[in-house]
Amino acid sequence: MTSASRFLTIACAVACLFSAAGCQYLKQDMANQPKNRPLSPSDFFTDGRSERPLVENTVAYGSIANDELFVPKESNAFPLPVNSELLERGQERYKIFCTPCHGLQGDGNGMAAMRGMKHPPSYHQDRLRQATNGYIYDVVTNGFGAMYGYSAQIPPRDRWAIIAYVRALQLSRNAKVADLPAELREKLNQSGSTGAAPSAEQKQESGSAKDSTGGSN
Amino acid sequence: MAQIFHRSTNFISRFSVFSALFLAGLGLVAVLGVARSPYMTRQNVTREQPVQFSHKHHVGDDGIDCRYCHTGVETSAMAGIPPTKTCMNCHSVLYNNASYLEPIRASYATDKSIEWVKVHRLADFAYFNHSIHVNKGVGCSTCHGQVNQMPLMFQANTLLMQWCLDCHRNPEAVLREKKEDVYSMDWKAPANQEEIGKRLAAERHIRTTAELTSCSTCHR
Repeated sequence: MTSASRFLTIACAVACLFSAAGCQYLKQDMANQPKNRPLSPSDFFTDGRSERPLVENTVAYGSIANDELFVPKESNAFPLPVNSELLERGQERYKIFCTPCHGLQGDGNGMAAMRGMKHPPSYHQDRLRQATNGYIYDVVTNGFGAMYGYSAQIPPRDRWAIIAYVRALQLSRNAKVADLPAELREKLNQSGSTGAAPSAEQKQESGSAKDSTGGSN
Repeated sequence: MAQIFHRSTNFISRFSVFSALFLAGLGLVAVLGVARSPYMTRQNVTREQPVQFSHKHHVGDDGIDCRYCHTGVETSAMAGIPPTKTCMNCHSVLYNNASYLEPIRASYATDKSIEWVKVHRLADFAYFNHSIHVNKGVGCSTCHGQVNQMPLMFQANTLLMQWCLDCHRNPEAVLREKKEDVYSMDWKAPANQEEIGKRLAAERHIRTTAELTSCSTCHR
């Protein structure tokens, strides 16, 4: 064997070894790239998280824009136009975040409450009927009693949508017949022709119809 | 001069050529089969978690909406794993002495993350965004299965590229009409799904199959 061909043989063997070593990691490297994906652990930071908390005394980009949605506790202002769109959004968000404890109708008979969570007060009591919008906003944001704050789960706009819907729920059991539009009042009079006072169900139906929530509470 | 090979060698040589081909084919089938098997895809395999969280209990029995915990699903690529505080919303009161939930209380007290084991793991070269799927009407259970019946979480589907493409080639089959149905675990395609799906795809501007199956849709 000449020295040239011996050199070639050794070079080939070394190349084969290197490429074989590469193969072992080839697939893994593409599927497991050395980068952070959401919530992936990280050795770089001492707390082991790749998600970084806000630096103290800083504000997340864009969150200042929510300032106009802040209403102080004692104020009864409502910072958004109330329309059926907002109420529908509120109904949906209410069903997601509030029903586990407050129940579909706001009387505090949610599934978690049935299973031993502290029973929240019913919305249909005078104290909460008279509570200001700002007070409810504060409770949703920061919590109250056994209820933890929901600022991390519900963005400010949705909190107001929920407040609008809670107001509609309250109205559903506390509306006066005289407040109804004429055609609904007529419908009510027809169904109540036996002379009995309109049932709670009818009241509720007309109450939510007035607020165009679709009445599916 | 005597013949070196006996006549039967003809048969043996032919047979070995064909059986080599057959064995190579069998090997290929075996490799592809293993790659698609739960052994590799980890389909239907439950994972050991720091706390053995039951979706069956929370979704099925308690009726908690998916979005109560997975708050990011409508607005971002990742549906989100809830922070420990979300657990504590209820478990500060419910089962607040149960030793089973000790890791939750410890995490809340010390602000150390619970290290949940990821169940649905896509390769890093695949791009996936939850929000576009749920907002166009693809329901949670279409991909994740009926989690309301899973005491322990497992991957109900293979998550193979072929599985993604099956749907990208024919999204009409799974589109759900009502928004609340998207988050319903019990949704079944109605009899006229084909017709509804076509209409929804047009209304919601679902892209064409060519666009949905283009490489760069998922490999960006």
